[in-house]
Amino acid sequence: MATTLAKAAESVAYAARLEHVSKSFATPGGQQLVLDDISIDVAPGEFVTLLGASGCGKSTLLNLVAGLDRPTAGSITTDGRPALMFQEHALFPWLTAGKNIELALKLRGVAKTERRGKAEELLELVRLKGAYGKRVHELSGGMRQRVALARALAQESNLLLMDEPFAALDAITRDVLHDELTRIWAETGLSVLFVTHNVREAVRLAQRVVLLSSRPGRIAREWQVDIPQPRRIEDAPVAELSIEITEVLRGEIRRHGQH
Amino acid sequence: MASTETTPVQDAGSVEAGLDALETTATGRPTLRQTFVNKILPPIIAIAVVLAAWSLLYPVVDNPTKLPSPTAVGGAFKDAWLKGDLLGYIWTSVSRGLLGFAFALLIGTPLGLLVARMRFVRAAIGPILSGLQSLPSVAWVPPAVIWLGLNNSMMYAVILLGAVPSIANGLVSGVDQVPPLFLRAGRTMGATGVRGIWHVTLPAALPGYVAGLKQGWAFSWRSLMAAEIIASYPDLGVGLGQLLENARTASDMAMVFEAILLILFVGIAIDLLIFSPLERWVLRSRGLLVKG
Ligand SMILES: Nc1ncnc2c1ncn2[C@@H]1O[C@H](COP(=O)(O)OP(=O)(O)O)[C@@H](O)[C@H]1O
Ligand SMILES: [Mg+2]
Repeated sequence: MATTLAKAAESVAYAARLEHVSKSFATPGGQQLVLDDISIDVAPGEFVTLLGASGCGKSTLLNLVAGLDRPTAGSITTDGRPALMFQEHALFPWLTAGKNIELALKLRGVAKTERRGKAEELLELVRLKGAYGKRVHELSGGMRQRVALARALAQESNLLLMDEPFAALDAITRDVLHDELTRIWAETGLSVLFVTHNVREAVRLAQRVVLLSSRPGRIAREWQVDIPQPRRIEDAPVAELSIEITEVLRGEIRRHGQH
Repeated sequence: MASTETTPVQDAGSVEAGLDALETTATGRPTLRQTFVNKILPPIIAIAVVLAAWSLLYPVVDNPTKLPSPTAVGGAFKDAWLKGDLLGYIWTSVSRGLLGFAFALLIGTPLGLLVARMRFVRAAIGPILSGLQSLPSVAWVPPAVIWLGLNNSMMYAVILLGAVPSIANGLVSGVDQVPPLFLRAGRTMGATGVRGIWHVTLPAALPGYVAGLKQGWAFSWRSLMAAEIIASYPDLGVGLGQLLENARTASDMAMVFEAILLILFVGIAIDLLIFSPLERWVLRSRGLLVKG
């Protein structure tokens, strides 16, 4: 294992490398430091969840990694342009599900003749075989997120960034999408940086959970999750680790109430 | 170490299929009968009521120079039709109106895009553009006659001044209302610069743009009629506005009514045949049309 990893390390040792990243915004009250000295490496094929309370700067961090915004300090290196999936599906309502995916292919430079076939393949991967010609408004919330996932996969980036993509879904649908994401991650060998405020979701999905503190967002702690996949959110080991992490998270939040 | 006996992944597919089936509702198009009852019948009844009221009012007023009878107005239509003039009147105005509108489209669209995208241009002419919308375009007729004389160019100028602000403003508000989420999604897919405008901004702004077109047509038609009435000149050919003005000078009230009805119906017809279907198509394909 060591030798193969070392060989891979020569080409790309990480899907994303964040080194001492800080971000502050200009607000009427002066500079507001949102992220403070964040360093994270995401290895190729690794699934990392970034966990933190609402407003701690998770979306800000993902925007930085996606290149939609620049850090105030520090550096971010990614292997190509990452794909990004949002909490809202962000599919274009003037296009059908299939054409949404084809647009991503087109912008990547895929030849016109190949697009249709690839789009159908990707829809099949997210188990939406018949949805090619469907309009966005004709799809349910869970189906929209799956099309959005297919569109993100169409970018064929090595890194998939996900910003609370299942937060707006009902529990049953979310559960199913967890299974799907785990399956697709295993099939494609993608690296995933998944942001959530849901501790159980973080543990259910990740190989590594990174906990962010709030105001400013700093890395509070990290956990390696050794529970084998496929997991279920109600599995005892998932619950155990979730309780442990929740305690730390509560401690972090409590500090803010003390002064 | 964990309970791995369950096989959630195989299970997921079937649960998912069930969820998908539960959550999607089939939407069908209305039947012919529904369309007739909901869309066609009500205006027919309304017209019948107006005609009935008119027939009742006619003997009360009892003065054909003020209120002609419905049959007299019908006769005016029939005469114009038999002489072969009716379609000529309509075509003169409609061709002017549509050509002028096409020019307005060519000018208003890039102008709107400039105002929407360039901060300086917006600050410079944005307020003027929205102010112009509330200026009745008939106000442009006198200066247009002085600048261009009594000819077709003057008609087109008046149409442009009426329609360009509406079209440009429609596009500006369309672009302003593009959800930032779409722009961010586009950027992460590589749609930046011109590709971003073409693949994201413009299609996302289409509903506002089409609303602007619709209003632009209404303004085009109004300004054209004003121009035709005021700048009535035999060499220009007889459009609907001139027909109305000729009827007034001849004190032919039946013909006045004929002209007014024609102006009304042509304006409505163009809207019903071109702009309303366009608007409905844009909204329906995005799921923005709430079925009444
Ligand atoms: N463009 C911005 N300008 C000023 N403040 C911002 C901006 N974006 C985010 N913030 C602030 O940064 C903090 C973190 O926001 P965000 O990254 O959205 O949190 P999260 O995604 O973890 O809920 C919030 O307090 C928010 O008010
Ligand atoms: Mg967020």
